[in-house]
Amino acid sequence: MNRRNRNEIAARVARDIPEGSYVNLGIGLPTLVGNHLPPGLEIFLHSENGILGMGPAPASGAEDPDLINAGKQPVTLLTGGCYFHHADSFAMMRGGHLDICVLGAYQVSATGDLANWSTGEAGAIPAVGGAMDLAAGAKKVFVMMEHLTKAGESKIVERCTYPLTGIGCVKRIYTDLAVIDVTARGLEVIERVDGLSFEELQRLTGARLIPAPEAAAA
Amino acid sequence: MIDKTVAGIEEAVAGIHDGATVLMGGFGGAGQPAELIEGLIAQGAKNLTIVNNNAGNGDVGLAALLKARRVRKVICSFPRQADSYVFDALYRAGEVELELVPQGNLAERIRAAGAGIGAFFTPTAYGTPLAEGKETREIDGRHYVLEYPIRADFALIKAFRGDRWGNLVFRKAARNFGPVMAMAARCTIAQVDEIVPLGALDPEIVVTPGIFVHRVVRVASTRAADVAA
Repeated sequence: MNRRNRNEIAARVARDIPEGSYVNLGIGLPTLVGNHLPPGLEIFLHSENGILGMGPAPASGAEDPDLINAGKQPVTLLTGGCYFHHADSFAMMRGGHLDICVLGAYQVSATGDLANWSTGEAGAIPAVGGAMDLAAGAKKVFVMMEHLTKAGESKIVERCTYPLTGIGCVKRIYTDLAVIDVTARGLEVIERVDGLSFEELQRLTGARLIPAPEAAAA
Repeated sequence: MIDKTVAGIEEAVAGIHDGATVLMGGFGGAGQPAELIEGLIAQGAKNLTIVNNNAGNGDVGLAALLKARRVRKVICSFPRQADSYVFDALYRAGEVELELVPQGNLAERIRAAGAGIGAFFTPTAYGTPLAEGKETREIDGRHYVLEYPIRADFALIKAFRGDRWGNLVFRKAARNFGPVMAMAARCTIAQVDEIVPLGALDPEIVVTPGIFVHRVVRVASTRAADVAA
């Protein structure tokens, strides 16, 4: 089968982001989506630390320590972009003003519960950042992740076993194997990578899948 | 004549007492009032409760304050970072308490304190371990968690320019927590790159009005571009 690599998953997510969207890309894997947004389309990237209209990384030597993204990497501001303080930034996130956020995940459940901030391991230092605010507040939460853990376990599960980030918040899951919508009917497979049958995908997935009416191999 | 500017760091951090709750601006290094924190280390206050988005990076700023064992408790959203080894070691040794707060709740709890709000219902963290034991309510079909303000004795923030009335403007994404923290402390201390005459800041773009600011101290910029200029 044609398993998607990380950049290919990011490119697939980018295809679902229409012009004019206000979008937050979570730290880690989702940041890659920014590299695949179609040039020429005006899409507003939001950064939780107070930026709308965030641009790509600056040229080497042009970094500004006062202009960083949520992952604390240097970025730029697009013409027309702006800055604001943290309460305004999170009002955008919690107040339902962001159209899409893209988050990484440890697990997503059959009902769209998200676990992405803690493995619950004893002794681990917990850190949550803005993940719970995005999960609760964005109009659409997209999750981008590998389908399986390194140990080969499904990250799509009937019920999350890791501590939750949000309940019933995930709308669409993009993995290296498939694109899956979380719907009232269940987990609808809207796309599979070439050479992967629905049955094989189901075998690799820890929750019941249903074919979407228009489902087809990508 | 009202002049909130002070001559130096020592004067700026005077009076911060043992056991104080101190809001500390910054998101990682951006907006971190590094010189005020150094001043606080030299000043010697201990048993502090520090409110910041993170829990220190490397060996400077908040990390240095932690390393000097002045901090009893950290309230933050994201302590664990690649270079948060000072906090990590103290936390694992049980020598510093951590209250982990989702970042939006952190900002809003600080804002609420500054705005005189007694408490508020937020959708963030409902149904998660971070809402355990907290009061919840269903409002118009949605579930919310009751959160209380974070009030502080002092706020240490970094702005770009300030005047003698305490009006402040910030620089780029270094603004982050500065404006909300300024509102929420009994005494807000701002370090600025530049002190400008009254009237030099366009009143239409003042970000933090001087009513929220009590002391302003100039710290020469260390940004490479400014130093070169």
